[in-house]
Amino acid sequence: MENLIALLVAAPLLGAAVLLCGGRRLDKAGHWLGTLLAGASFAVGLALFADMLGRDADDRLMTQHLFSWIPVEGFQADLAFHLDQLSMTFVLLISGVGTLIHMYSIGYMEHDERRRRFFGYLNLFLAAMLLLVLADNYLLLYVGWEGVGLASYLLIGFWQHKPSAATAAKKAFLVNRVGDMGLSIAIMLMFTTFGTFAFGPVLGAADETSEGRLTAIGLMLLLAACGKSAQVPLQSWLGDAMEGPTPVSALIHAATMVTAGVYLIVRSGAIFNGAPDAQLATVVVGAVTLLFGAIVGCAKDDIKKALAGSTMSQIGYMVLAAGLGPIGYVFAIMHLVTHGFFKAGLFLGAGSVMHGMNDEVDMRKYGALRKHMPVTFVTFGLGYLAIIGFPGLSGFFSKDKIIEAAFAKGGTEGWILGGAALLGAGITAFYMTRVMVLTFFGEKRWQPDADGHAPHPHESPRSMTVPMVLLAFGSVFAGGFFSIGDRFLGWLEPVTGYTHGHPPVSALTVTLATMVVLATGVAIAWAMYGRRPVPVTAPRGSLLTRAARRDLFQDDFNHVVLVRGGEHLTRSLVYVDHTLVDGVVNGTAASVGGLSGRLRKLQNGYARSYAVSMFGGTAILIAATLLMRAV
Amino acid sequence: MNPVNYLYLAALLFTIGASGVLIRRNAIVLFMCVELMLNACNLALVAFSRMHGNLDGQIIAFFTMVVAAAEVVVGLAIIVSLFRTRHSASVDDASLMKL
Amino acid sequence: MSFPLLTATAAVPAVGAILTAAVPAARRTAAKWLALLFSLATLALAAVVAVRFEPGGDRYQLTESHAWIKDFGVRYELGVDGIGVALIALTALLIPFVIGAGWHDADPLETHSSRWRPTQGFFALILMVEAMVIISFEATDVFLFYIFFEAMLIPMYFLIGGFGDRAHTGTDENAAAQRSYAAVKFLLYNLAGGLIMLAAVIGLYVVAGSFSLQEITAARAAGTLDIATNTERLLFLGFFFAFAVKAPLWPLHTWLPNAMGEATAPVAVLITAVVDKVGTFAMLRFCLGLFPEASKWATPVVLVLALISIVYGALLAVGQRDIKRLVAYASISHFGFIILGIFAMTSQGQSGATLYMVNHGLSTAALMLVAGFLISRRGSRLIADYGGVQKAAPVLAGTFLIGGLATLSLPGLAPFVSEFLVLVGTFARYPVAGIVATLGIVLAALYTLVLYQRTMTGPVKDESIRTMPDLKFRELLVVTPLIVFLIGLGVYPKPLTEIVNPAVEHTMSDVKQHDPEPEVEAAK
Repeated sequence: MENLIALLVAAPLLGAAVLLCGGRRLDKAGHWLGTLLAGASFAVGLALFADMLGRDADDRLMTQHLFSWIPVEGFQADLAFHLDQLSMTFVLLISGVGTLIHMYSIGYMEHDERRRRFFGYLNLFLAAMLLLVLADNYLLLYVGWEGVGLASYLLIGFWQHKPSAATAAKKAFLVNRVGDMGLSIAIMLMFTTFGTFAFGPVLGAADETSEGRLTAIGLMLLLAACGKSAQVPLQSWLGDAMEGPTPVSALIHAATMVTAGVYLIVRSGAIFNGAPDAQLATVVVGAVTLLFGAIVGCAKDDIKKALAGSTMSQIGYMVLAAGLGPIGYVFAIMHLVTHGFFKAGLFLGAGSVMHGMNDEVDMRKYGALRKHMPVTFVTFGLGYLAIIGFPGLSGFFSKDKIIEAAFAKGGTEGWILGGAALLGAGITAFYMTRVMVLTFFGEKRWQPDADGHAPHPHESPRSMTVPMVLLAFGSVFAGGFFSIGDRFLGWLEPVTGYTHGHPPVSALTVTLATMVVLATGVAIAWAMYGRRPVPVTAPRGSLLTRAARRDLFQDDFNHVVLVRGGEHLTRSLVYVDHTLVDGVVNGTAASVGGLSGRLRKLQNGYARSYAVSMFGGTAILIAATLLMRAV
Repeated sequence: MNPVNYLYLAALLFTIGASGVLIRRNAIVLFMCVELMLNACNLALVAFSRMHGNLDGQIIAFFTMVVAAAEVVVGLAIIVSLFRTRHSASVDDASLMKL
Repeated sequence: MSFPLLTATAAVPAVGAILTAAVPAARRTAAKWLALLFSLATLALAAVVAVRFEPGGDRYQLTESHAWIKDFGVRYELGVDGIGVALIALTALLIPFVIGAGWHDADPLETHSSRWRPTQGFFALILMVEAMVIISFEATDVFLFYIFFEAMLIPMYFLIGGFGDRAHTGTDENAAAQRSYAAVKFLLYNLAGGLIMLAAVIGLYVVAGSFSLQEITAARAAGTLDIATNTERLLFLGFFFAFAVKAPLWPLHTWLPNAMGEATAPVAVLITAVVDKVGTFAMLRFCLGLFPEASKWATPVVLVLALISIVYGALLAVGQRDIKRLVAYASISHFGFIILGIFAMTSQGQSGATLYMVNHGLSTAALMLVAGFLISRRGSRLIADYGGVQKAAPVLAGTFLIGGLATLSLPGLAPFVSEFLVLVGTFARYPVAGIVATLGIVLAALYTLVLYQRTMTGPVKDESIRTMPDLKFRELLVVTPLIVFLIGLGVYPKPLTEIVNPAVEHTMSDVKQHDPEPEVEAAK
């Protein structure tokens, strides 16, 4: 059974290779092949899952060693897989949601002449993401880590004839590279500390080294997680990444890739457990991002960007939970899984809306779509209820636990973190209600597109609605299913460990407080957008609104400091290289040339003057010889 | 007679020849001055040969004479052809190879 | 006496060069095929060398030794270690691609005159360079090495100055002037380095009484040859200067962008992927082997220069407007990594540096050759003249992207393995240097992706791009194997590391260095 692990990665990789190298012959069948191979990967995952369930809780780790990858003296990197409960959870989420989104894309990308290539990239992404969660050492994880970055780059820039898409793709890759720097430094630190970077030995020996080292490794891992999971301060790329086709936003920039940072932190739990400072940094990052993303999400009129802000914020919750230590790891992952369902569902719903509205993304130009797109409305609505944490739906179970865990941190910290998480829940309710109301309720505010075609909203084809329905099903029931008898906790505990926390207030109080905040958020949003007509062009808004629309000026800061500064730096360096470094050499050459020009004048071509110098020279030689003799 | 006197004479002749080469521009005169220098050397060689009681110097003097004769033939031929083409025997006019 | 395999490997391209040059003017297609044939024969011989080489065996294998100039103790001594094998294989592998990519490069120079045969000359010169580079990788006699190290400048000079890029701006005379400027600059820089090295070579002979690398290394290890500290340092500097010019290391780098910019793309590949490798190879073999103490003494300065090269080269690459100059500055950054790995003096660093030499050859060849195909279509080297090529020529854009991704060391492609080894090896001994060097990976992504974005994506720039043909069969034939190698060595570099590792161990014992121990001996 263990030998099947490689197949998980190999199937989509084969798909990518065939689809990208196959040429136009495959245009007709390419999308079916891609979907089939993603499905194959999911099927293998299910088989392995069944096998794993049949074993004892302590005996569930499966490994597969393929070959030694980079053997150099003490540096041994293997191509080997490590499948435990944590990886298994991810495998099922990735291949499952991945397969659904492949299906959805068949309809969504129907009119795109480069559909075959799109499926090739999607398959490439699946392979890289599965490699990321299956790797048995950090270096192999790094391969998957950059692999998903590449796939994300290719897919964000899929419509690369649009300069904005190409720029967004480049930005995403570059910001991620900054995070990758963190990961590579972390791996180097592990190598010098432990002499290896395989999960088993590193995590097993984490308590044998000093706290300082662990803190350094932890902070570098956190930097990596910030890049990949769009956490402050490396969050700026996610909003722009919405330039990619919507299925990409759903799969990569909502359900799977952006959660890789959370996986990394939870996987490295042993390191963070020994480094309280790194944990503190992690919770701060999480708390700041969950508020940041939520505030940005409130102001965006572009439906995908609003959802992107929400993604950022929800991942902030997960990072916060992961930073809390063993008390939070399980709930971070649980929220990650439920978020995978409802956020993917929301994005697919957004894609369905755009599909029906001539690719319009501005929510102010939607309105009253519930009658025209009933399936989309219902599935999107269920996703909406799930994300705001409506009691009984998935988000409720997972988010509530995180808020409780934050309070349980204890002391002032606990109150601050818990308060932030609670506030975040309220803002979430506000902006999601806003999205919902602007899109599906209220007046029709439809505008003709640039070519003058008025939109005729219609329900999307079956291939698109079926995945939406399935995801909505997950958004509704996953949380409850996981929580019955603490099933999810029991499943993951052997890997991540778990400690009970003692919140300063009872769990019931926390839940009730959450409900109150939630209801307030919904009510405010309804009052602002549901009861009043919504202008088609956005009003100027308060200072905060304007700041939030511009991503709280973070991009402007980047632009002024990094982009402009960098441009000036490179330009001045080009100048220095040309005038100074090259100038010194050319100057030497010029002075030698000048000197020889002078010397050349002595060679005037008259035999007499040569004769004079000959005689002169001889005379001097003779005189010198005589003089030496005399002395 | 003291053989050293011959050396003084040789030095004097050589100096006259050398000055002629340096100062004069007419190719024929230049040529004669070169011959004068050569013969000064011959004189010195013969004088040394006498001083050291050794025939080597005299032998070399014969060689020099032969070489000088050959040189005269080649040199005069060049000067004549130069004069024919450029109607001048001045060495400064023969500056075709100068930059 | 066994068959002189190493001599044959170098002699085959040399003979090929002479035969190619002798092909009559009218038969220039035959000359091309002849050159290709000989380069493939060299590749076959290099493969035999690689197979016959036993990684676990002696340090230098397949050795040949004959007296040459008895009075000065100069011997014709050849032998290869793992590093040499890897680089000979790289050279022999790349030349057929260079020839294939440059198939039509000399055509525009053809006239009807029967005396002037540019095609024959072009291919003969390439083979001549190959022969000299291969023998430099084989020579274990310092003087023999020096002769070919210098002699390869001559064919390179003619390749740069005589066969320039047709895609130039301005008038033909202007372009010719720039070309000859670049060629002369190349020659003067390298000659200056070479002359200083010649002095050091003579100095070494005076001190050690021999030119034989093996004898000197053995004598130094046994303690029978003692060189005064200052003398050793001076000699080291003499050698190092020449290699640093060739490599090139900041601030001796300015000849490279000119030379690579003005030469045709295949010749640019020849410069950076093949000829420059002799410089870094020689640092590893001669600097560390002959002068271990002085090498350690110079390490801090060399590391700083290497770090400057990495960051400075990458920043300048970002600021370039000319595609080929951009690749040249990227190469300067990569050479910084190689030198960093060599002087970090850890086995990871040095193995990484050796792999880096091979992988950089492959990745730059892929990127530069595709760039050359692109330039030949549009007739311009300026980035600003392109845009939206992806729409018209998707295969060209795809291969260009893969070349670019290899240049930025994407995991899964070969350069990642070597770059990470260099970083880890450096970090283990000099953490700060390791961290500064990782900046290079961000900057590499910047210049590569900016280049790709400006040339390949966005709206189609103009008509000449809309009608741009995609890669032709010959061009695909050149690029595909390179990409296959890049992926293959990225996933399974073991065959290469197995050959290189023992050689690195020897070098490590030359300099009497051990890898730093990890802080915690991890429980296995």
